[in-house]
Amino acid sequence: MVEFNLPANSRVTEGKTVKAGPDATNIRKFKIYRWDPDTDDLPRVDTYEVDLDRCGPMVLDGLIKIKNEMDPTLTFRRSCREGVCGSCAFNIDGTNTLACIKAIDDIKGDVKIYPLPHMPVIKDLVPDLNVPYAQLKSIEPWLQADTPAPTRERLQSPEEREKLDGLWECILCFCCQTSCPSYWWNGDRYMGPAILLQSYRWIADSRDEATGKRLDNLNDPFRLYRCHTIMNCTNTCPKHLNPGLAIAEIKKAIAARQ
Amino acid sequence: MEMRSPLARVRGLGAAHEGAHHWWGQRLTGIALVPLTLWFVWAASGLIGADLATFKAWVGTGQNAVLLILLIVSGVHHAQLGLQVVIEDYVHSEGAKTVSLVLVKLGAVFLGVINVFAILKLTFGS
Repeated sequence: MVEFNLPANSRVTEGKTVKAGPDATNIRKFKIYRWDPDTDDLPRVDTYEVDLDRCGPMVLDGLIKIKNEMDPTLTFRRSCREGVCGSCAFNIDGTNTLACIKAIDDIKGDVKIYPLPHMPVIKDLVPDLNVPYAQLKSIEPWLQADTPAPTRERLQSPEEREKLDGLWECILCFCCQTSCPSYWWNGDRYMGPAILLQSYRWIADSRDEATGKRLDNLNDPFRLYRCHTIMNCTNTCPKHLNPGLAIAEIKKAIAARQ
Repeated sequence: MEMRSPLARVRGLGAAHEGAHHWWGQRLTGIALVPLTLWFVWAASGLIGADLATFKAWVGTGQNAVLLILLIVSGVHHAQLGLQVVIEDYVHSEGAKTVSLVLVKLGAVFLGVINVFAILKLTFGS
């Protein structure tokens, strides 16, 4: 039947508080989800008092300061610190976004940081992304053409190239994927907004010759049609892309060939 | 314990190669239901307090009977398509899912037939 009981480790307890130094002048509390797979403890929310006068402007700066100066056990992914790698995606202040391009000043009150929602947690803020990565693999996100490769680039008109704008910019941070309730409930069968946007990036590519096969692969009550246009994906995208529109375009393409 | 690769899990049983029909049917019946429901609310509010004879006379005009049947058929079809999605979304035990899907589908046909029969009876019956 419908499951009413939450799975193990769903109850989050209150954790420790790490105070700022006595010379701190501009304190902001960071409340961060912690879970250690090596203990039997429930997840907890630890509080860190960060001195903003000695910290960079972004949420990621706060996290790095905490890890460097307050608690080296805090675990999270980060790399480019400028919004192009997609590693530092967390649920920050209730919305999935990238810590490196989210200003601390844009958050009122405590800075609450949780892992991306509804994914298995490996440790602290690190989610297990194996399923979405496998979903990406399953849509074969590369150019497929039977026409033999020319001796130079495969050409595209400027208008054809324009159709890829708003699609190629996706950095696969999975903020949209994990904001989608349909993906929460049926993430094993529903492709999710990030993968569908990637799929449409190849469907919309004038150089790709596998459009029919790609649509065949998506024409499925779960893979594509679990999208109920909730639009959390588009609202949350830190790159301001529109996965909701890309999904609608796939549905339109399938309707057009019926 | 599950030791299949993530890719094997994601590919699962493969794509159903259908789903567009369900999606399109839901939209078509949805569009049809907008004018039909408005008409029905407007018409029904005019019949408040009417006796059986007046009601029979109202249904008995072919136009009203046809519109009523269209309302019932699109309404029941739309409802079962929607309920199917709700069940598939939220009920994850295979047994309960199958039973509730069967009940919804059969229930929708039953409701539709009984309503259409009632309308025809009021129109053509004695």
